[in-house]
Amino acid sequence: MPDNRIRAAISVALAAWGLVGCSASSDEHQESMASTVSVENQWASSAETEMAAVFGTFANTGDHDARIVSGESPLAGRVEVHEVAPDASGAMKMRPKADGLVVPAGGTRELIPGGDHLMLMDLKQPLQAGADVTLTVVFEDGSTLPVTAQIRDFAGGNEEYTPGGTGSGGGHH
Amino acid sequence: MGEHPTLNRRRLLTGGAAAVAAGAALTQCGAAQSATPADGFGTAVEPFYGRHQSGVATPPQAHALFVALDVVPQGGRSAFDTLAAVLKLWTSDAARLTQGEPALADTEPELALRPARLTVTVGLGPGVFDRAGLAHLRPESVSELPAFSTDRLEAGWRGGDLLLQICADDPIVIAHAGRVLLKNVRSMTRQRWRQSGFRNAHGSNRPGGSMRNLMGQVDGTANLHDDQAFDRYVWADGTATPWFAGGTVLVVRRIRAEMDTWDELDRPSKELTVGRRLDTGAPLTGRKETDEPDLDATVDGIPVIPPNSHVALARHRTDDEQFLRRPYNYDDPPRDGRTTDSGLLFTSYQRDPARQFVPVQERLAAADALNQWITTIGSATFAILPGVAAPGGYLGQPLLESR
Repeated sequence: MPDNRIRAAISVALAAWGLVGCSASSDEHQESMASTVSVENQWASSAETEMAAVFGTFANTGDHDARIVSGESPLAGRVEVHEVAPDASGAMKMRPKADGLVVPAGGTRELIPGGDHLMLMDLKQPLQAGADVTLTVVFEDGSTLPVTAQIRDFAGGNEEYTPGGTGSGGGHH
Repeated sequence: MGEHPTLNRRRLLTGGAAAVAAGAALTQCGAAQSATPADGFGTAVEPFYGRHQSGVATPPQAHALFVALDVVPQGGRSAFDTLAAVLKLWTSDAARLTQGEPALADTEPELALRPARLTVTVGLGPGVFDRAGLAHLRPESVSELPAFSTDRLEAGWRGGDLLLQICADDPIVIAHAGRVLLKNVRSMTRQRWRQSGFRNAHGSNRPGGSMRNLMGQVDGTANLHDDQAFDRYVWADGTATPWFAGGTVLVVRRIRAEMDTWDELDRPSKELTVGRRLDTGAPLTGRKETDEPDLDATVDGIPVIPPNSHVALARHRTDDEQFLRRPYNYDDPPRDGRTTDSGLLFTSYQRDPARQFVPVQERLAAADALNQWITTIGSATFAILPGVAAPGGYLGQPLLESR
């Protein structure tokens, strides 16, 4: 079935990429985090300005947890890992997730509206539905995973944004 | 029309491309007997990827929704880019929904899990080629039909830049797929018209017979069935317009049945009007629905099938005048204090309406005895795009990349 073929193609590509990643690593016995992680059903919310969320399901076929700590995108000033959690008053707020996002060994991690997600901050141009946005997910060990996500209009996921303590703020989503 | 074979999704997922191809072939021939899975027909799937879009050669599902939309570029986007965005989003959604998987960002994912042979078929109206800067790539066969003398077209049932044809054996599946496909392009399109149709519920039709329309007639007997006929009459071969190879041209016409006056007619008169028996659908010269009408048969010098009966005029007179019929009934809330607003969503699929459909329709418009009881109030033509061969591609990609 097509999905399997995609997955196979992705894992081959990732494996090839992972080899390159490993050669630069001091630890030659452990695969890079990115080399065992794939993503599927990924999509990004459309936005005119400011910020846009990226969702999808990350799967980790490796023996070690993989921790996503940040990302990069040519269309965003920066990429943050976000969570949605209640603030002191109980209202659900979106905020940077300090310890990143763990894709458990042999498991999956779903990024969904109303839950954890990646956020493209300080957009450099509008993200219009139907187009693709590319980003690079950065793991704790410095390895990276390229992601291409289809941009879609989405009505939900409008939690207010509370900037983290990293300095630069951001608008409201 | 035989029952469709049920395609088991698990088998497809594990069987690889060969199983998909075999499944597609079975589906197209439509002659195999159904093996209803233990948990009912809800899990049956039709292929998404292939040379042709599903929903044309696919044995007709019980329910259909036709939606015509216009492209409405926003935010400085060109019509071309807007069209591309719509086609990419619909490809992504249809590839998942038809296989029983939720769409991306699906807010009601549970409604996607039992697709009941869902097909999503996408077409482009003649006008959108101009608007998107693709006029030189519009197949000559894709143009508005000429006016017919009996047409009483209403503006609300005409034309459209884009067509979504959504068919399934479960109306809930259609409602969900329609919602997903339409809301995901709402910032880029405006709905122009929307028509829902139905045939017999899944499993309730008599085996081997064509459907009955709401005038009580067996409808769609003269039809194409085998792959050679589809290649000859339905699928574009790409000779004139390479990107269109594997596509076809759809004519969809809304034909209102004048039920109140049809009621006034006695059964023998109804049968003479159509040229077929109401009970069996057999031609007046035959015994079974599938018997060929004998238009030369006479009794006491009078033709058994009247020369101006629907059958006598609709029957092809040249080899060219053949096309696929895939009609659905409609029965909508009546306006103006009338009792009933019902009729037929007539659909014909062919390589070239001007050669295949128009000559037949001109004959019918000129003389069909049935004209007194039917009125065509809507008409639109669409280029049904070639299928998406494999994941990674999108509907209309060969067209957009030919620019």
